[in-house]
Amino acid sequence: MLTIKQIIDQLASGETTAVALATQYLDRIAAHQHLNAFITVDREKSLAQAAAADAARAAGDTRPLLGVPLAHKDIFCAEGWKTSCGSKMLDNFIAPYSSNVVERCDAAGLVTLGRTNMDEFAMGSSNENSFYGPVKNPWDLTAVPGGSSGGSAAAVAARLVPMATGTDTGGSIRQPAAFCGITGIKPTYGTVSRFGMIAYASSLDQGGAMAQTAEDCAILLNVMAGFDERDSTSLQQASEDYTRDLNQSLAGLKIGLPREYFADGLAGDVRAAIDAAVAEFKKLGASIVDVSLPNTQMAIPAYYVIAPAEASTNLSRFDGVRYGHRASEYSGLNEMYEKTRAEGFGDEVKRRILTGAYVLSHGYYDAYYLQAQKIRRMIANDFQAVFKECDVLFSPVSPSTAWNLGEKTADPVAMYLEDIYTLGVNLAGLPAMSVPVGFGSNGRPVGMQIIGNYAGESRMLGMAHQYQQVTDWHTKAPQL
Amino acid sequence: MKWEVVIGLEVHTQLTTKSKIFSPASTAFGAAPNTQTAVVDIALPGALPVMNRAAVERAIQFGLAIGANVKRRSVFDRKNYFYPDLPKGYQISQMDLPIVEGGVITIQVGLETRSINLTRAHLEEDAGKSLHEDYQGMTGIDLNRAGTPLLEIVSEPEMRSSAEAVAYAKALYELVTWIGICDGNMSEGSFRVDANVSVRPVGQVELGTRREIKNLNSFKFLQQAIDYEIRWQIETIEDGGRVVQGTVLFDPDKGETRMMRSKEDAHDYRYFPDPDLPPLVISEEWIERVRSELPELPVAMQARFIEQYGISAYDARMLTSSKILAAYFEATVAAGADAKLAANWIMGDISATLNREEKTIADCPISAAALGALIARISDNTINNKTAKDVLKKMWESGATADVIIERDGLKQESDTGAIEAIVDTVLAANPKAIEEYRSGKEKALNALVGQVMKGSGGKANPAMALELLKKKVG
Repeated sequence: MLTIKQIIDQLASGETTAVALATQYLDRIAAHQHLNAFITVDREKSLAQAAAADAARAAGDTRPLLGVPLAHKDIFCAEGWKTSCGSKMLDNFIAPYSSNVVERCDAAGLVTLGRTNMDEFAMGSSNENSFYGPVKNPWDLTAVPGGSSGGSAAAVAARLVPMATGTDTGGSIRQPAAFCGITGIKPTYGTVSRFGMIAYASSLDQGGAMAQTAEDCAILLNVMAGFDERDSTSLQQASEDYTRDLNQSLAGLKIGLPREYFADGLAGDVRAAIDAAVAEFKKLGASIVDVSLPNTQMAIPAYYVIAPAEASTNLSRFDGVRYGHRASEYSGLNEMYEKTRAEGFGDEVKRRILTGAYVLSHGYYDAYYLQAQKIRRMIANDFQAVFKECDVLFSPVSPSTAWNLGEKTADPVAMYLEDIYTLGVNLAGLPAMSVPVGFGSNGRPVGMQIIGNYAGESRMLGMAHQYQQVTDWHTKAPQL
Repeated sequence: MKWEVVIGLEVHTQLTTKSKIFSPASTAFGAAPNTQTAVVDIALPGALPVMNRAAVERAIQFGLAIGANVKRRSVFDRKNYFYPDLPKGYQISQMDLPIVEGGVITIQVGLETRSINLTRAHLEEDAGKSLHEDYQGMTGIDLNRAGTPLLEIVSEPEMRSSAEAVAYAKALYELVTWIGICDGNMSEGSFRVDANVSVRPVGQVELGTRREIKNLNSFKFLQQAIDYEIRWQIETIEDGGRVVQGTVLFDPDKGETRMMRSKEDAHDYRYFPDPDLPPLVISEEWIERVRSELPELPVAMQARFIEQYGISAYDARMLTSSKILAAYFEATVAAGADAKLAANWIMGDISATLNREEKTIADCPISAAALGALIARISDNTINNKTAKDVLKKMWESGATADVIIERDGLKQESDTGAIEAIVDTVLAANPKAIEEYRSGKEKALNALVGQVMKGSGGKANPAMALELLKKKVG
């Protein structure tokens, strides 16, 4: 299937049209509904957008991405589209406004093919927490696709769309990208505006790009990134061309391997695939240094205090008063709240709201929330210390390849522990990506994480691109 | 037992920004329900707050005006609770690190001047309104007010009577309206007072248990509510009861306070720093610019009035009770009026007439220039004080100038010695007893005769001249 780069060239040369592309992908989406990668597909709306793109191009519009199709994670508000965030709570919610990400994609002329499935309110690592049912991993229909951006990852992996938006609060872009064998990047916190992106944990949430190749991720990130005055945490920085370093040589590059990320608990097949990828990078001119991130283990408790704390109040607005689900029968205000939220939220969301309310409550705040914030600073400091010794860090994305559907649903803590390699990045606000580097013994994909320092995206994308010039893992597609 | 009253006030002042504290929606009062609401105010999924710099600037103005510490770094927190008119399920406020700390408000009660210390002032957003009428048993929600910027100003518990509390609230009101950060429209809720009241036996150091009277929107209700609450607390304790900490509402119809909720029912608000808003950092430059743009404050202006115009401290204080009144006074003087006369006229006839007609100085039909010209005619002896009062009345009604009225109605005072002398002679002839008293040392005896001379002249005689003539003839 085509990469974005190829689609851009074909549209420019007239070899294809936006309508032809949209039709082709929509047909593929329709043919693979069993993957459950989409929550909403609106063929008519997408084709109208594609036709408008073709008309604009015919009238002389030269926007390079005009007519290129993509899918949006169902967390980004898009005017006129149902924006459910994977929740029954918002099953009836048609967004009356667009997020900054959707506005930017629309302004670039991209054609929306649909809204991808996700863990409810982005809470989950397997996409099994969606009100709309789990997404299936296209490589193995008995495996989870990862989460929370599981629908986007599965859709790109199955070539139902050439690229998709995602969000990453504790690994929600990188882990599903790894499980589905695609490339995904979560940029530095503040790079992509959170305006109109439904909040899970505000200080950790960050939008990003998912596609087959690093180059395609760079192209999509160019559209998504940029300062937005409507998000007070948006970074005020000069606009960046994320493709600028794609062809830069890796000679002299210093790669750090944090030893805590290769310790007990890492599956042998994942380790082997990472080792092979590291060897490729050596061949490309990079050198390897052994580094330490001593507080790695503490990332899990810190994350599972801070993220639920923020989530518990971010989700207070879903009260049945103004929009979204409202219980049909209740007497009195409190019962309206109780029933609405009991019916509207799934188990994992309730678990995190309760955890969050607990850690913020009087008498527990200092012991949990404040402690977690201290650990967060220590973790961020650890990263800054190692970036004095190396340019980037390589690590596994997840301790194992995708697990089986249903395997860990009974044990939430076991699932939380799977996030060990991805959480620290969010706590520190760093950019990180997942690059496909092979397959495990069960034939499921392995992803390698590249962690950069703040604003290091272009360089990271360049490294991944150079690697993808000499390997073909990113070209592998599942047999469906 | 002798009781001491302890009062601290929390005042919510609505700031005069055009748009809301975290959204671009308008703050104008009185629009149709839910028409002034941006995505942030409805708390749509994905909506994010953005700090309105104009609200911050008003908080800085206030901090500087009361000599407080304007914090270079303050933090917004979420105060979490569920209520239908609180769309996000939390209010954005400032808990641990408010924008303003400390500061002083000077109050005057009777002849005594006191300084009341402020604890803090912090920025926060207002909630919407629940409308319980007209919805057939349901409740309507109007979110126009949601997100309106408030500065909550908290005093130390330093007031010892309802009179002091009212004096403090009035002084604060004068200040926030003076510097223009609040429009002062109390009936629209722009200035709302919560009063924390407790009592303790005189001499006891430890504070008594307090109750908080919520949402008082007039100075009269503030006074009544506190007085009732003090009586109720003392009676309760003296009857062997116990004051339970809690929140009460004042019912103006019954003149009573009524328990709303006790501390035991209080929410755990689960405050924590709002991750959507970075800490509010205020630069020195910003503070200095605001400082340089602050208007002259009432206290400084009072000192200047005493110094520059030679008026009394009392007059200076009265004339600086509002910025517009002070400006009126200064413009009257600038138009040629003697300052002391101007002060007397403004606080006398002008104020009285305005009060009678339920107008404020802003609606005064007589301009400062016109009043200045009238007063100038008293000083140059064209008319006497009594005639001037009549002229003022005519000016008020017709809008004509003093000179036109004096000329038209022939009110110019009689300063012709010959004409007045004849009247003086007549008056003296009719009052031998007064002459006798005066000669026996009773100086004031002749003053009564001045009135008769005035009457005889049809009010036009120059009273000073009449007195002089009387003395000359008798002496």
